Amino acid sequence: MLTGRMEFREQLDLTFKVNGREHSISLDARVTLLDALREYLGLTGTKKGCNFGECGTCTVHLDGRRVNACLVLAAAAAGREITTIEGLADERDMLHPVQQAFVDQDAFQCGFCTPGQIMSAVACIAEGHTRSDAEIREWMSGNLCRCAAYPQIVAAVRQAAGD
Amino acid sequence: MQGFTYARAAGVSEALAAGREPGTAFLAGGTELLNWMRLEIATPARVLDIAHLSGLDAIETLPDGGLRVGALARLNDVALAPAVVARVPVLSQAILSAASAQIRNLATIGGNLLQKTRCPYFRAEEMLPCNKKQPGSGCAARDGLNDRHAIFGWSDTCVATHPSDPAVALAALDAAVITARGGGGRRIPINEFYLPPDAGQDRNSVLEQGELITAIEIPGSAPRSTYIKIRERESYEYATVSVAVALDLDVWRRIARARIALGSVAARPWRLTGAEQALAGLQPGAAAIAAAVECGFAEARPLAHNAYKIALGRNLVLRAIRLVAEMTP
Repeated sequence: MLTGRMEFREQLDLTFKVNGREHSISLDARVTLLDALREYLGLTGTKKGCNFGECGTCTVHLDGRRVNACLVLAAAAAGREITTIEGLADERDMLHPVQQAFVDQDAFQCGFCTPGQIMSAVACIAEGHTRSDAEIREWMSGNLCRCAAYPQIVAAVRQAAGD
Repeated sequence: MQGFTYARAAGVSEALAAGREPGTAFLAGGTELLNWMRLEIATPARVLDIAHLSGLDAIETLPDGGLRVGALARLNDVALAPAVVARVPVLSQAILSAASAQIRNLATIGGNLLQKTRCPYFRAEEMLPCNKKQPGSGCAARDGLNDRHAIFGWSDTCVATHPSDPAVALAALDAAVITARGGGGRRIPINEFYLPPDAGQDRNSVLEQGELITAIEIPGSAPRSTYIKIRERESYEYATVSVAVALDLDVWRRIARARIALGSVAARPWRLTGAEQALAGLQPGAAAIAAAVECGFAEARPLAHNAYKIALGRNLVLRAIRLVAEMTP
């Protein structure tokens, strides 16, 4: 219903491609991608922190690019490729190299920001913004860590970028 | 968040027709609109998604050496485009100093210009006196905490600043905002794009209901240009004061033309025209530079808590001129 004739609707029938699987749900137009993932698809790995685009803990990949899921309407993400933290490990539950690097470098305390940190780090490495620690810090600045594990996070990104 | 209906625009002409109806908001990156709706700064009845419209995100070079940037180009794509880095480094630097990598993947260059102020009284979740949020309610910042507020062009109705970094670079570059609307589009010089703070209640720009920014045009190039942003933390923070400087030097390395815009000092990017005129003909290292820059601050009127912005702005301009003069484009 989103393509073809332009029709304003309050309740929308949407199809999402999340971690390679299709899901069809009916949602109020106000629902964000973040709430659709957590509350309707049961994918609670993506965390809800500030809900204002200020903390980065809801970072997911939309068509391969990292974005704040709280700043995207679910309707705007329909039909596009979405990857969440649940989609990183392989089918045999082998950790993604960035996940392994966070474990190796002890890059978290409470762990709440970690899914967002890891999704951001995977994109940061793919973008090539890891040529120095300063560049890693700058391009990871959209992910806050209130436990202040920043030195270990930089080390984890550096390790994974070198793998 | 109040309820609304959503549709994806079928094309530009369909978007323009639907956008004319009051209560309709265009959705591009969404990084501002969603938060406005959460805070009820905006309560549109209809949200029209234009992000996917084709042909509005190209970055092209113009015959005069300038650039045309489609309004829906994402901020990161603009900042990293080789033509932008080479021809207008000030714009690339300004964009990369803004927000975060994630937000810059969503936010568009056209939408960025339409940000509203970050004044904490305006953005407060509870209702505080703010003429921009509720006309006639007063300005809590005028006699409240105003260390982050304007030193130029403010009025008693509003002392807020505009938060955009890219807009400051575009102001120094004499860019034009290209729009489309039902009765024909417009070409609006960016330095005439923003309205004074006491104009038009919640209107911040000259855009009309349903008028859509389709592109930004930058005349010529400015390889000798830079953006410096001072802020309370090194990244992912709004400017305390920022500056965009573009210099043309003559064969004797004197300043043939200086273009200087300050950010976070007014309700729009603030061109220092007085300083620009006084700088013409001077050597960048000359002692007279400081006095020439000072001419740009003659109209500054600090509030109770922000006189520091005058000293900060002056020093920032001097630093940017030194940096730009040393560039080897």
